[in-house]
Amino acid sequence: MIAFLALVIGVVVGFILRPTVPNWMEPYLPIAVVAALDAVFGGVRARLDGIFDAKVFVVSFVSNVVVAALIVFLGDKLGVGGQLSTAVVVVLGIRIFSNAAAIRRHLFRA
Amino acid sequence: MSDKPNDIEPTDAEPNGTEPNGTEQPQPERPRRAHRIRAGALIGVLTALLGFAIAVQVHANSKSDSLAGLREDDLIGILDNQNARADRLRQQIAELQRSLRSLQNSGDAAAAARHQAQQQAQALGVLLGTLPATGPGVIVQINDPNHKLHGEDVLDVVEELRGAGAEAIDFDGVRVSTDTAFSDVDGTVAVDGDPLQQPYTVLAIGEPKTLDTALNIPGGVAAAIRADGGELRVSERGKLTITVTRTLPTPRFAVPSGH
Repeated sequence: MIAFLALVIGVVVGFILRPTVPNWMEPYLPIAVVAALDAVFGGVRARLDGIFDAKVFVVSFVSNVVVAALIVFLGDKLGVGGQLSTAVVVVLGIRIFSNAAAIRRHLFRA
Repeated sequence: MSDKPNDIEPTDAEPNGTEPNGTEQPQPERPRRAHRIRAGALIGVLTALLGFAIAVQVHANSKSDSLAGLREDDLIGILDNQNARADRLRQQIAELQRSLRSLQNSGDAAAAARHQAQQQAQALGVLLGTLPATGPGVIVQINDPNHKLHGEDVLDVVEELRGAGAEAIDFDGVRVSTDTAFSDVDGTVAVDGDPLQQPYTVLAIGEPKTLDTALNIPGGVAAAIRADGGELRVSERGKLTITVTRTLPTPRFAVPSGH
């Protein structure tokens, strides 16, 4: 509940403040957002499974974001930033889908 | 690829292991509640950050043009397109500038023609007597105490002035033009049917010396008037102004023929 409220508040604040993304952050922000989304979906699924743990959620959230950004950063340095960020998005997308499927099974029993 | 899921999966996989640790019921109430509140706050902060980042990213993405995310080939294609477009526009600019110049030239020509026509109209107006005129000339005073002068004598004076190159003539308050008539009315001279008062004052614009000479030529009009007992005096002026005008005669029969 707190998490959902905080998410809504964050979105509202972001739309009200409308800050510009710093240049150095531009390639990493979308990947970081997707990674964080993955962590959130995982957290929701764990909650429904009854195995949610705040520490694990926090750690996985932060590490997901950091690792995703790191991969993109490394890819940029190696000259394959675009492809690597695509790869990250694909993997995270698959994970989000599987988590969403688990959540769906919990909620709708189907 | 198969590695990564295992790496990140702990999100939902690890709780299995940690939950027993996290749910140590025997622990006292206080630290557990504090711990829960702190964890909730941390989760809230993180999700708020996520929401904030989503909003920012969505905003940035919708605002900026998508060039930043394009590949090199696409960028080259776009650049080529833009260059071609710029070339086309430059050509258009050159064309429009050319037409602008030609229009300006034609405008200049029209202005010159108008100027010329204006000058012509003014010259014709002076010669026809429809415009006031000023310039060097002579003032001629004719006295005829014996009333011996007739219309034709006066006409001689005008013709002599004309022959000497007078361009504008004011005969006693009447502008002399192509349709001016001199006649005799009740023993006095009349111009266009209006009797004149003596002495007759004639203003003529032209070369003063020539006009003076033409009038006073031996055996000329001055001599003829003196022979009739009258008197004709000519005084040269460096500048005199004829203010009387006449209306432009409208031809009833003659119309301009092409050439």
